Amino acid sequence: MTSQAKTRPLFDPPLVKQAVIDSLRKLDPRHQIRNPVMFTVLVGAVMTLLLFVQAVAGQGEAPAGFILAISLWLWFTVIFANFAEAMAEGRGKAQADTLRKSRQSTFAKVLVDQKYVPGKTKRPSGVVADGQVEPYISDDLKKEMIVLVESGEIIPLDGEVIEGVASVDESAITGESAPVIRESGGDRSAVTGGTRVLSDWIIIRITANPGETFLDRMISLVEGAKRQKTPNEIALNILLAVMTIVFLIVTATLLPYSLFTVTTLGRGSVVTLTVLAALFVCLAPTTIGGLLSAIGIAGMDRMIQANVIAMSGRAVEAAGDVDVLLLDKTGTITLGNRQATEFIPAPGVRQEELADAAQLSSLADETPEGRSIVALAKTKYGLRGREIHDRNPQFIPFSAQTRMSGVDLDHLQIRKGAMDTIERFVISHRGHLPAEVRDHVFHIAKQGGTPLVVARNEKVLGTIFLKDIVKGGIRERFAQLRNMGIKTVMITGDNPLTAASIAAEAGVDDFLAEATPEAKLKLIRQHQEGGRLVAMCGDGTNDAPALAQADVAVAMNTGTQAAKEAGNMVDLDSNPTKLIEVVEIGKQLLMTRGSLTTFSIANDVSKYFAIIPAAFVGTYPALSNLNIMGLTTPQSAILSAVIFNAVVIIFLIPLALRGVHYRPAKAQNLLVRNLLVYGLGGLIAPFIGIKLIDMLLAALHLV
Amino acid sequence: MTSWTIIQFLIYLAVLLLCVKPLGSYMAGVYEGRLSRLGKLFHPLEKLIYRLGGIKADLEMNWKQYATAMLMFHVAGFVVLYLIQRFQGMLPLNPAQLGAVTPDCSFNTAISFITNTNWQGYGGETTMSYFTQMSGLTVQNFVSAASGMAILVALIRGFARKQANSIGNFWVDLTRSTVYILLPLSIVLTLGLVSQGVVQTMKPYVSVALLQPVTMDQPKLDDQGHPVKDTDDQPVMEQVTIKEQTLAVGPAASQIAIKELGTNGGGYFNVNSAHPFENATPLCNFLEMLSILLIPAALCYTFGKMVGDTRQGWALLITMVVVFVAAWVGCQMAEQNTHPQLASLGVDTAVGNMEGKEARFGVANSTIWATATTCASNGSVNSMHDSYTPLGGLIPMLLMQLGEVIFGGVGSGLYGLLVFVLITVFIAGLMVGRTPEYLGKKVEAFEMKMSSLAVLAPALAVLVGTAIAVMTTQINASICNPLPHGFSQALYAFSSASNNNGSAFAGFGANNPTMNLLLGLVMLLGRFWVKIPVIALAGALASKKYVPTTDGTLPTHTPLFIGLLISMVLIVGALIFIPALALGPIAEHMEVFAG
Repeated sequence: MTSQAKTRPLFDPPLVKQAVIDSLRKLDPRHQIRNPVMFTVLVGAVMTLLLFVQAVAGQGEAPAGFILAISLWLWFTVIFANFAEAMAEGRGKAQADTLRKSRQSTFAKVLVDQKYVPGKTKRPSGVVADGQVEPYISDDLKKEMIVLVESGEIIPLDGEVIEGVASVDESAITGESAPVIRESGGDRSAVTGGTRVLSDWIIIRITANPGETFLDRMISLVEGAKRQKTPNEIALNILLAVMTIVFLIVTATLLPYSLFTVTTLGRGSVVTLTVLAALFVCLAPTTIGGLLSAIGIAGMDRMIQANVIAMSGRAVEAAGDVDVLLLDKTGTITLGNRQATEFIPAPGVRQEELADAAQLSSLADETPEGRSIVALAKTKYGLRGREIHDRNPQFIPFSAQTRMSGVDLDHLQIRKGAMDTIERFVISHRGHLPAEVRDHVFHIAKQGGTPLVVARNEKVLGTIFLKDIVKGGIRERFAQLRNMGIKTVMITGDNPLTAASIAAEAGVDDFLAEATPEAKLKLIRQHQEGGRLVAMCGDGTNDAPALAQADVAVAMNTGTQAAKEAGNMVDLDSNPTKLIEVVEIGKQLLMTRGSLTTFSIANDVSKYFAIIPAAFVGTYPALSNLNIMGLTTPQSAILSAVIFNAVVIIFLIPLALRGVHYRPAKAQNLLVRNLLVYGLGGLIAPFIGIKLIDMLLAALHLV
Repeated sequence: MTSWTIIQFLIYLAVLLLCVKPLGSYMAGVYEGRLSRLGKLFHPLEKLIYRLGGIKADLEMNWKQYATAMLMFHVAGFVVLYLIQRFQGMLPLNPAQLGAVTPDCSFNTAISFITNTNWQGYGGETTMSYFTQMSGLTVQNFVSAASGMAILVALIRGFARKQANSIGNFWVDLTRSTVYILLPLSIVLTLGLVSQGVVQTMKPYVSVALLQPVTMDQPKLDDQGHPVKDTDDQPVMEQVTIKEQTLAVGPAASQIAIKELGTNGGGYFNVNSAHPFENATPLCNFLEMLSILLIPAALCYTFGKMVGDTRQGWALLITMVVVFVAAWVGCQMAEQNTHPQLASLGVDTAVGNMEGKEARFGVANSTIWATATTCASNGSVNSMHDSYTPLGGLIPMLLMQLGEVIFGGVGSGLYGLLVFVLITVFIAGLMVGRTPEYLGKKVEAFEMKMSSLAVLAPALAVLVGTAIAVMTTQINASICNPLPHGFSQALYAFSSASNNNGSAFAGFGANNPTMNLLLGLVMLLGRFWVKIPVIALAGALASKKYVPTTDGTLPTHTPLFIGLLISMVLIVGALIFIPALALGPIAEHMEVFAG
């Protein structure tokens, strides 16, 4: 998680307060009906309450106090489940409120000349009186309108810069305080409504109507207002609903069985409706049923905490299923820039001589590569940047025509560049390129490096090894992914030779060299035809088709509008490595559901041992042998089981919100671990819990 | 447990497992259209059936067409079988001159045989003519079994095919199951049984003189057949001496062969395979027991072969074998150890609980049969389960309540287990953080819906059926024991009918209109409410893309998965039935042992 500072504590007091209120509001049957498991519990709670009223009136099937106790705990069961959901929603709402603050209506300067063509017309000034712009309230703006935004003003709606360059404060959305540059053309032309221009001015074309902007969509996503059940959640809901029906019938048929037994044998008493309601609620999968929607909302929330906005829960779920990750080389696998790592002198040249010349040629070179050459010479040969002004230096910058750079000192011409251009340079000085240097060059290229040849006048001094530096720890990360069954593919514009060597160094499974947008799209389609789910990230407009095709597509927030539209997630940090985190959050979401379902089912075993002997001991006294927990009385046994069933929901809320612990591992190992914790744990925990509650009830003389 | 008992069981298991691979791969060949030498022998019969039925063998069906064909076939089977029973008196081959079967019994029996349940509310030799047995019941013994196998094959195709919209042709699957698998095996088994002395004749029942005439008291009847009462309203008794008995015979061996092979279980005679004419010698007993589990076991291998990964088939077979062995050990120990009350009667308990068991089979061969017949939805018996100890009787009952998925009926057992596999994969798959998949097919909402339906239906039919039964006034006439055993009898009857087993706690009087109707309905529900969702599953799976397996995929052939599948089957069964069982066998056991 990138921004720990933004993570609020799990039980933030204002959130809890709001959640308590919401959990009572959610008792509305119209809300409950959406969750069949909890709806049946609500019905049970209402039924037992009526039975209590009847008992108070003197017609009770059991002592009124007992019925009331059961009824109250059934109500608590529903309220606790509501509380879990409200807590999960509350966290999203708090986030949404922050976002909403930046969505206030603002004043916008709309160009009078709506057919404005950048560059052809004079730049309009921002003064209204000039008649070049007219004031609008941002809510009245429409798509396609052209607006001027000047320093200090808020960008009214999402748009695309058509002219100008400005630094923009996007912290309202990204939480990142450093301003970003937005300019017309290229991949940094998209601006987001609600962000503020800090300096300079831009002219933008509005690309979204009010209410449909990125910010609006984000707010509704974060709030969960438009939350739809995801496919996997629907499938699980079906299973839970069927289990509920089964247990409903299991408990309902006990009434005729008991009636038949009691009338035929003439001993004991028929099992009461209160006990049946208690048994049903204990057996129904209330633990997972109560926490299911909280788990889903919390999954989205974890994405948001990772600063990724998922456009739908479906995308979060799909992230867990991803089989293939397409990763851009630059920025994801390697540090953005190549660095000099070695000086390889030509025959008859001392290393120091080469290093000296290389450093001199790069002193004025402000590119990262140039700086790395200076730094290497300094650290390796102790050569410091010398005072050369008295030697009348003439720096030759790199140009597309000469394709070399360097320096002229007095009558010395030092140049560095690609092999073929340097060869031409020395030949023009009646020199030649030694065969050894040629070999070095090929050798470096084969190792995935970029060779730069250095020459002084007619003499070739040697070669600089510029290397792509693979990010630290990335290799281990890929090994983990492989362990999880996820294949990594590196995408790069490099030639296949270079790509292969970096791929080997980074430990990716495969690579796509000399990648074009078409080649990317084709690769994704190929994997998808083989039944695999593909995830990728991208930012450029030319990435849009591939982003649209990929199953999980993370667009960088710095990217173009087209890329953001095509993706199903937006990474506000614009960090391509985030893709791996996204996959882990997706997996964690599914694992949390599975683990709590297992826990819920495993819990039922103990509840039988508590309730069955208690319910029928009057008819068959020998059944008391099944009371292996030694619970005090039949009533305390039933009450303890019901209390445990309700309280466990509260105990599991942190787990539902945070998700189960996730460590990348093979499926088999994950299963063993989760089965031990949630399966076996779910089997044993309630025996202990119910016994403790029973002891407490007995100690307090409540039963 | 003596070592001889264990050896007998191990021999049985070993022979069974040895047959799995050869028979399993032969069956895979049959369904994939590869004819072996044996197959060529029966090929003309297959052709003939297609010509007579106007069946286009290469026409593929989607799941709805497949389900419709299956339903139409069984509706027709029901009508024909019902009419044969109702008009039995006018039909040929009726040397015992048996009259029409009652409407409710005909209804129940027709359903019972088309659903592969073979619950018998009647006594065979006193109710059904040779014609009815042969042209009605035996025919259904074949085709109801073949129909189960057909649907299994359709489901297997669902797993094996990729993005297909058809799952095979019902008529072809039905015909091939019958012609190439059930028929040849039945012929071989019939000959084996006849060689051991199982009867096979068209001659009428035989009267023979008793070696030892029996003298007994019986109520005197008046002309109308009512008992004559004396002045105290007590029946007047008269002494009669019986010098000869009627031995029921008939074309039994051929029906018995398919009864075992097709997991039908409907006996030719009332006491089923406890009858010496139905089960003559120890070898005969062994062959019949073997036949009960033969096809269900071998189909696991067929499954593995057809989906292209035999490990998957073995995993399912191991699942079945583990539960079967555990169940037998439990049943055998309960029967061997008897209970304190039996000992207090002065009975020699060293031989175990011999009540209701044939002395010639003993406890071990009775419990192996009882476990096998209830594991598989066979339902034939060679001992009376009603007379087992409470726990000894609980095990067969629970095995049925698990949904007949441990071996289960031919075809139906394995497709039932595959439904459990999907549910297990769903929960376990979530725990590894992926959308669950089995054999490369994603398990999504539709699959969960159909799987849940298939698990739900038989369970609900048992519980609701029993509830209705105990609320009717008829129930007191049906149960013949005090509670809690009387309740066990009713629960057993509905467990057996709903799960298409057909065995009974024999004390339960089921041949009355109420029970015939109720049990008939639960049999229908238990069969078709599973079959149709399974066909739908087949269709949905076939249309899915294949997802390649990776290290992130949950492997489904490992001991861990087998353990998980077993727990799932047992936990689901236990959670649903423990409350009911607590009022039946568990209460009985607790009371008996509490003294």
